[in-house]
Amino acid sequence: MEMRKWAEFTREDISDGKGRIAFSGPMTVSSVGIIDQQLRDIGEGLTAVDISAVTEIDTVGAWIAWRVSRDSGAEITGASEKAQRLIAAVNQSSGAPEAEADKPTPVEVVPAALGNKMFAARRGLIGSMGFFGGIVVAFGQIIRHPSRLRRQAVSSQIEQVGVTALPIIGLMCFLVGIVIAQQGAVQLKEFGAEMLTVNLTGRISLRELGVLMTAIMVAGRSGSAFAAQIGTMKLTEEIDAMRTIGVSPIEALVIPRILASVLMMPLLGFYAACTAIIGGAVISGVTLGIPIFTFLARIREVVLMHDIWVGLVKAPFFGLVIALAGCYQGMQVKDNAEEVGLRTTMAVVQAIFMVIVMDAFFAVFFTSVGWG
Amino acid sequence: MSEVEVLLGDDGEPWIPPQRFSGEYPIEIEGLSNCFGEQTVHENLSLAVRRGEILGVVGGSGTGKSVLMRSIIGLQLPQKGEIEVLGSSITDADDDDIDVRSRWGVLFQGGALFSTLTVAENVEVPLREFYPEISSELRREIALYKVVLSGLPEEAADKYPAELSGGMRKRAGLARALALDPELLFLDEPTAGLDPISAAAFDNLTRELQETLGLTVFLITHDLDTLYAICDRVAVLADKRVIAVGTIPELLATDHPWIQEYFNGPRGRAAQDSQHRERGAAEKHVNAKAMDNPATGQA
Repeated sequence: MEMRKWAEFTREDISDGKGRIAFSGPMTVSSVGIIDQQLRDIGEGLTAVDISAVTEIDTVGAWIAWRVSRDSGAEITGASEKAQRLIAAVNQSSGAPEAEADKPTPVEVVPAALGNKMFAARRGLIGSMGFFGGIVVAFGQIIRHPSRLRRQAVSSQIEQVGVTALPIIGLMCFLVGIVIAQQGAVQLKEFGAEMLTVNLTGRISLRELGVLMTAIMVAGRSGSAFAAQIGTMKLTEEIDAMRTIGVSPIEALVIPRILASVLMMPLLGFYAACTAIIGGAVISGVTLGIPIFTFLARIREVVLMHDIWVGLVKAPFFGLVIALAGCYQGMQVKDNAEEVGLRTTMAVVQAIFMVIVMDAFFAVFFTSVGWG
Repeated sequence: MSEVEVLLGDDGEPWIPPQRFSGEYPIEIEGLSNCFGEQTVHENLSLAVRRGEILGVVGGSGTGKSVLMRSIIGLQLPQKGEIEVLGSSITDADDDDIDVRSRWGVLFQGGALFSTLTVAENVEVPLREFYPEISSELRREIALYKVVLSGLPEEAADKYPAELSGGMRKRAGLARALALDPELLFLDEPTAGLDPISAAAFDNLTRELQETLGLTVFLITHDLDTLYAICDRVAVLADKRVIAVGTIPELLATDHPWIQEYFNGPRGRAAQDSQHRERGAAEKHVNAKAMDNPATGQA
């Protein structure tokens, strides 16, 4: 069986610590890997590096021979014409290892990190203010010249954000409705108040769950898509191309996405609440013995009008936050592909976090205005 | 040697690096057909590249030069035809089983550097992949001299692709293509988008590397100066196949209208003239030297 051939070398000592080194076998990228470490330890005191017995050589072999001769001050002998050519080609490099910056002491690290964070925060603040300012200006432009609104982009974003999200949001909220009704019924049965399952499912779906679950789903589906799309366009210089043609990227990319999210969130939120109620009605019909239509008729009696308003008022704000986070993070992408992934993650995390913070504020607000 | 982990191939046998290709034609294409839906790009295309030559591939936009290159390196499975590279078939191989991959280097049009790695790390990727026994120190040294060999300053090695200019990115791409000391080098429009000085320097570099490393170069180009300056032969793609292969004088002798227009159009003329001028100047220089020193002139 054929064996893999490795480069070999021998060291002959001549006198008083001086010696010569002779390579044999092939000296190529595929054969020198294992002798490299031994060669590094060979030390000084060589007078000659003999490569006359080398059967094959490429630039890696030439580099090794040259490095050994350089480090030990020896002369290369027995080089074929090809070997000489290769050595001449590679010896322009110093082969210096990567320059390592002086390692800072822990005393320096903490203030430096803190300072960098502060400056980054300042840059981020200024950048986001510029971004939001740009959006306000663009909205102002569009209000003054409504023809500048890109209707086609808006409608295609509405399709992306709203229409194509219907199946997944419907299914998700249907299942959540089932869980709420089923778990609620178990607890309420203890008090003999199973009928209150209807109140629980109806009010919680319309006030909180429908719109919150929708916001999370839209942040994951569309917020991430906004960041990734705009980020990739930034990398491929499409955004710069737009600017040079005189198309404002805010008008062309950001405004349609904001409008689509703001318009679609209330509709999706209401739709989600409805599917959750249907899910609750179905499970109640199956396990509690409340007929589905009785359940739905009860909903009309127990759900107050302002429960619906609570859900609908919050939704556009959530949509705004999701679109802003997605588009802002997308616009921040620079340099490399990793950045796109990082910014996309940040867009989703920020959007969901902001949605939940806002939801808490709204809860307090609505209670204090008497819509509790 | 015992502490060295023996690399095993897919079949469990120890992996043996292949011998250098010694046949006459490192790339042989027979009866190649490529279609995208309704559109036929290649039909019954045949081409053989000679060992040790720089073959320029020209053709109008959309004649499938890049598709041809992608077919040869196994990125595009053709509908019909047989492609052999360095003696092994590309068309019959499984997608991940093309072991000649360690023996060619490819420079894509935009450089296609990995954007999250520095230039040196980019060069190290193929080394790490194919030769894990090479220590990180040696890998770094190899990457550095390849960077210098490709005409970049050594400082560029620790920069990220986003910090480089277009021309430098091409050179960095070339350094990565040369990482494994390949026998075959594919260049997709290497001088496109470079200024004339950089383009000429890149041409010289290609020629020098080809001579020093004994490469066979498959070079797609639109650049007439490149064709005149460094290509041994030129293959012309038109009518969905290679209509002619030969040196430029040979091509000029054919009467295909596209070839005539290509080489005898205003730009073709200009490139031809500048080539003549350069040769003329070089000869004059040599003559002058000979006059100064009659002895060498006679020798």
